[in-house]
Amino acid sequence: MSLGETGVIAYVNSDCQLRHRLWDLGFTRGTHVAKLFRSPFGNPTAYLIRGCVIALRNEDAACINIYSSYPKRVF
Amino acid sequence: MGLTNSSTGQALLKSTALVFSETSDFVVALAGNPNTGKSTVFNSLTGLKQHTGNWPGKTVALSAGEYCFADHSFSLIDLPGTYSLFADSQEEEIARDFLCFSQPDVTVIVVDATCLERNLHLALQILEITPSVVVCVNLLDEALRKGINIDLDKLAQNLGIRVVGTNARDGEGLDKLKEAILLTATEPAISPIHVRYPDSLEELILKSIASLPNTVFKEHQKRWLALRLLDSDYSLANKLQEYLSAANLVVKPILLSELQHQGLAGEFREPIVSSLYTTAEKIAKDVIKLDSKPHRRDHLFDQIITSKLYGIPLMLLFLGIVFWLTLVGANYPSQLLAKGFSWIEGQLLNFLTYLKSPEWIKGLFIFGIYRTLSWVIAVMLPPMAIFFPLFTLLEDWGYLPRIAFNLDNSFRLAGAHGKQSLTMCMGFGCNAAGVVACRIIDSPRERLIAILTNNFVPCNGRFPTLITMALLFFSGTSFLGSFGASLFLVLMIVGAVLVSLLVSKFLSKTVLQGLPSSFALELPPFRKPQVGRILIRSLIDRTLYVLIRAIVVAAPAGALIWIMANLGIGGRTFLELLSSFLHPLGYLMGLDGVILAAFLLGFPANEIVLPIIYMAYTSQGSLLELDSLTTTKTLLINNSWTNLTAFCFLLFSLNHFPCGTTLLTIKKETSSWRWTILSFFLPTILGVLSCLFIAQGIRLLTLLI
Repeated sequence: MSLGETGVIAYVNSDCQLRHRLWDLGFTRGTHVAKLFRSPFGNPTAYLIRGCVIALRNEDAACINIYSSYPKRVF
Repeated sequence: MGLTNSSTGQALLKSTALVFSETSDFVVALAGNPNTGKSTVFNSLTGLKQHTGNWPGKTVALSAGEYCFADHSFSLIDLPGTYSLFADSQEEEIARDFLCFSQPDVTVIVVDATCLERNLHLALQILEITPSVVVCVNLLDEALRKGINIDLDKLAQNLGIRVVGTNARDGEGLDKLKEAILLTATEPAISPIHVRYPDSLEELILKSIASLPNTVFKEHQKRWLALRLLDSDYSLANKLQEYLSAANLVVKPILLSELQHQGLAGEFREPIVSSLYTTAEKIAKDVIKLDSKPHRRDHLFDQIITSKLYGIPLMLLFLGIVFWLTLVGANYPSQLLAKGFSWIEGQLLNFLTYLKSPEWIKGLFIFGIYRTLSWVIAVMLPPMAIFFPLFTLLEDWGYLPRIAFNLDNSFRLAGAHGKQSLTMCMGFGCNAAGVVACRIIDSPRERLIAILTNNFVPCNGRFPTLITMALLFFSGTSFLGSFGASLFLVLMIVGAVLVSLLVSKFLSKTVLQGLPSSFALELPPFRKPQVGRILIRSLIDRTLYVLIRAIVVAAPAGALIWIMANLGIGGRTFLELLSSFLHPLGYLMGLDGVILAAFLLGFPANEIVLPIIYMAYTSQGSLLELDSLTTTKTLLINNSWTNLTAFCFLLFSLNHFPCGTTLLTIKKETSSWRWTILSFFLPTILGVLSCLFIAQGIRLLTLLI
């Protein structure tokens, strides 16, 4: 998924330490998530999920698997 | 839970009863996600009638307050802001235990109108525990500005409970909220919404319910308990067990292991959260009407302040302004305070003379305790009273999470959390406040790292020392000279930040290795700061807090300093004896015995290290300040200070044991002597070694050349 794209979440890897927190924040199956912007050093990255902006480190975000993504203007 | 005699519930209630009056008619809990304006609602309801403390045995802040409405008195408990109640963190466990065991009469769930879906997820979880709930939809105006229209009546229908819309910042809707709370307290909702889980899970729930004791729990409570047990919630299972035995109930014990043995309990978190969110989604879709694409302006702004090009420069600009305002703005009030205190000192002395009190009383109480105390207050109070409100202003506006976002990469590499950048910034104001601020880091490992390394950034108390040294020894006389001093100062600060990062890395690779960590940072929308409220709250919460702690430590230290400087044996004062004892080590470190003794005596507050040095060099019996930089320099050079001494002095000032106030705070925040002791020795050893290395290296070099 690249910046400005929106994707649909398939699942969160079961070995992900952040799994519970990600679910609590709404990163559940079938949810649309948009990749918004990166920090000046490229990591972490901000995502739009269920109307809120959440920043995740890239290695944590890699645990989230996406079904399909499509470009969509969110800003 | 209706478990009035539960030991856990009693303990919690008792401890919270310490902070709110037991006489009130109703107990109201305030729950919600972080950043929903929950504390604004709390403050608006209770005004200044509130008490703060900690949850028993936890380092999570507890606020409680009271208000009256329609001839009834209400006690309001502000639960920690959480995203869920699964008890994955201290905050979640506290919120869940309070709702479950302390049975508040009403629970108000503050939800953010701008992201209703995620907030409803928590609301649905709470509704599974208790039906006595009022949902307070806050930030309605902000939602409207973003084109989000919420049909409150429809939301109330969907949830089956009372719903009130508010703009707590402007005080709108608060009366309606109070009314809804009163109504709910007297007549709870009859049919609150009921989340339906996948059939396979529902079947398991029925089986699990069968294993619960029959008499004590109501139907919906049993359902929730069963669900939690299925999800292998050990902490809840243990608390229940504790309750059941405390209440002497002869019931079939709830054994989680039994459920697991039957293949019932396991990892059901995903379907549970999914079902909750699906329900929340459905409700949100039903009640929200979107005018236009929300969030646009915020995202554009965010793109600028987190961009590669402007992100860091803008941040330096903002922080630079804060520091500059603090340093410049504090000067005048500091001098005024010092003058005021010295006038009072004169009056006190006159009074004691009039009473014909012995000299030692004057010395101990006036020159010792009073002078040290007033010194610390005069130097400490003005910068803090400026720094903390400014910092809180940035916080309220929503800029601080962006700093953490911008800088997280460096902290990630050091094995730390991006929010540590914020606690470090607070540390520039006061290390003790910085240590308290570490509470914002929700992962225990990173929080400890942040606490243990906070002292490596120079606080307000050390800044005057740094500036004096930079001006005296590391600048010329011309304009270029003062520029040199500033540059030197900036380099020292950057160096301190780097050392702090390196030590973080060291800790994360050694003592704190293996502890789990997590990073998920919410970037809430920017909001107009509430200036008035900030002033009051930051003065009370941060400035006064730090000041009181400093006073507690400085008073006895003042007495000790006076005794050391005035009493002694064999014609030498204790201070002289201590100095000559420390001198060999001091010399090896590029310092002298007096400097080391000053650091030891300056343990209660770094502000008094330089004054103690002046006192010792001039053989005075009490703290003093010198009139000008030139006299200071002459005094220091006469006591054989060189550039090397000054540099090692700076180095040791940046890297030595935290002051007494900070250590006390570390003990309180970690509730562990082990970490407190480590936080004492870590910087001290580093400071001693680096001073030894530099001093001996330079001396060797000069010998060779």
